Amino acid sequence: MLEIQNLSARIGDKEILRGVTLTVPDGEVHAIMGPNGAGKSTLSYVLSGREGYEVTAGTVTFNGQDLLAMEPEQRAAAGIFLAFQYPVELPGVGNANFIRTALNAVRRARGEPELDAVAFLKLARAAIKNLSMPDDMLKRNVNVGFSGGEKKRNEVLQMALLQPSLAILDETDSGLDIDALKIVADGVNALRKPKFSALIITHYQRLLDHIVPDRVHVLAAGKIVRSGGPELALELEAHGYANLEAA
Amino acid sequence: MTALPTRKLEAWRYTDLKSLAAISFADSAPAAVPDNLPDLGIPRLVFLNGAYNAALSTPPAYLSDFAAVAEASSLPLALINAEHARDGITVKIPENTDAGALLLISHASATSPLAFHPRHRITLAAGAKLTLIEISTGTGIYWHNQVMDIAIHEGATLAHYRLQDEDEKSFHLATIRARIAAHAAYEAFTATIGAKISRAEFHATLLGPYGKTHLNAAQLLRHQQHADFTTVVAHDAENCASRQTVKSVLSGHARGVFQGRIEVARAAQKTDGYQMTQALLLSDTAEMDIKPELEIFADDVKCSHGATIGALDPEQLFYLRSRGIPEAESRAMLIRAFLEEAFEPVTHEAAKTLFDGAIDSWWTRQ
Repeated sequence: MLEIQNLSARIGDKEILRGVTLTVPDGEVHAIMGPNGAGKSTLSYVLSGREGYEVTAGTVTFNGQDLLAMEPEQRAAAGIFLAFQYPVELPGVGNANFIRTALNAVRRARGEPELDAVAFLKLARAAIKNLSMPDDMLKRNVNVGFSGGEKKRNEVLQMALLQPSLAILDETDSGLDIDALKIVADGVNALRKPKFSALIITHYQRLLDHIVPDRVHVLAAGKIVRSGGPELALELEAHGYANLEAA
Repeated sequence: MTALPTRKLEAWRYTDLKSLAAISFADSAPAAVPDNLPDLGIPRLVFLNGAYNAALSTPPAYLSDFAAVAEASSLPLALINAEHARDGITVKIPENTDAGALLLISHASATSPLAFHPRHRITLAAGAKLTLIEISTGTGIYWHNQVMDIAIHEGATLAHYRLQDEDEKSFHLATIRARIAAHAAYEAFTATIGAKISRAEFHATLLGPYGKTHLNAAQLLRHQQHADFTTVVAHDAENCASRQTVKSVLSGHARGVFQGRIEVARAAQKTDGYQMTQALLLSDTAEMDIKPELEIFADDVKCSHGATIGALDPEQLFYLRSRGIPEAESRAMLIRAFLEEAFEPVTHEAAKTLFDGAIDSWWTRQ
């Protein structure tokens, strides 16, 4: 599904990623853990195509396509979804309108028929119910006046409706209470199937209690310094990131 | 003819009519009948090249014949209008009558420079109601110099929505004067999309207590377009409220102007005046000029104004694109959201659809 080879990237003169190599096969969930400033968010932004990051070396292949050559909207249509660490507020844009426009743009790009307002609402209401979200979530402006937990749940709602093949969760667990954490985890677990993969970026182990990863990678100073099974997350939780680079 | 105003006048500091003064305009011209005149399913009054066209119109019962009047003010454009006015609508809504909605269309088809100076008069008797929807369009080089005088008597409500979508070679100068009695309301919204140089100048006078007015505007300009939105709100009585939200989206070398003046008389205690103007610059060469003026003689009033100028937020744009929405559509969504607040007074469904369509068409012209 996703193959990252020797990826280096910088913002301005600042080198952030220094040769990341990582493969996420179909159907697997991988976690990327690491201390603050390791380059975790940069990796998620480079994969989703945000401006301002210069890729200086390496390649990223997504289902055989050169991901780095694609516009953000093309990556979304190809099946990439980034759940933002800080979801953006869009005053004046209704949430239902936003998600329907996104869904139809993606469906159009995938050669599927667009959904009318009625069909969309039916789908969205069902998704909202599955995620135990309040009904008025669709009526409000996108993320405006949402609590931290509501914003994260709104990301999961979008993910559930857009049906990506690769979800990248950028510290989706930060600022969540345990109930919201479970809802987010349930949302991801509901998508798990042979053609769905996820990259879960997190500082802490607790989200991984609910979404059990196939592999755990440690990113430090712009490089993957260790990889292992789920037990690696527990080890990090116990001993911290302090001596990683020596390991 | 009275001389055109020049930039030496403070009220015309930001809008230069030199290019208008350089053209010699004919006073009338045979009109082409346009295809697809808007039809909103409400009574419609159509003016072609400034002249009323009975065949295309479906007049309501409350319409009376045009009659010329003298101009009492010293406003140069109103004086020029009075010297040349030959047509216009005269509407009188009787007491406590809800007259529904009325569509006023001005369409120009100028093969050589043409000027027309309609003078419209709208009167709402006490307790009356009307929604007036105005569309100005055309082709060619022409000068539409409109004056509209509005009297809203006690407890009456006029909703006035204007779509200025004139040819980008044309000039559109409108002077609109509304006299608002006690407990009456004047809810105005102007969308400016067309014309080479345009100005919408509103004079709203709140004559009696508990009157209120909205003077909102959206300007969507590109290329070398220049649009001026000038308002003078006079609070002459106590407990009145005025609200102005002006939103400008400017690309290319376009220039937007907002001059907003609020005058609060000594007697106008408990005045609530609010003015907000926000501009979104889509290019480095677009320009917005903003001049708020508050002149307050009463001591117990609430008056505020604010102005912001900015660009599209790259974070918001990336958020939309990361969800699969193409860049152009993402930009259009953010611009529509930016304009949203200015549309607040537009409550009539057909008018909403009309403005949505006009904004979409502006966007696809880019």
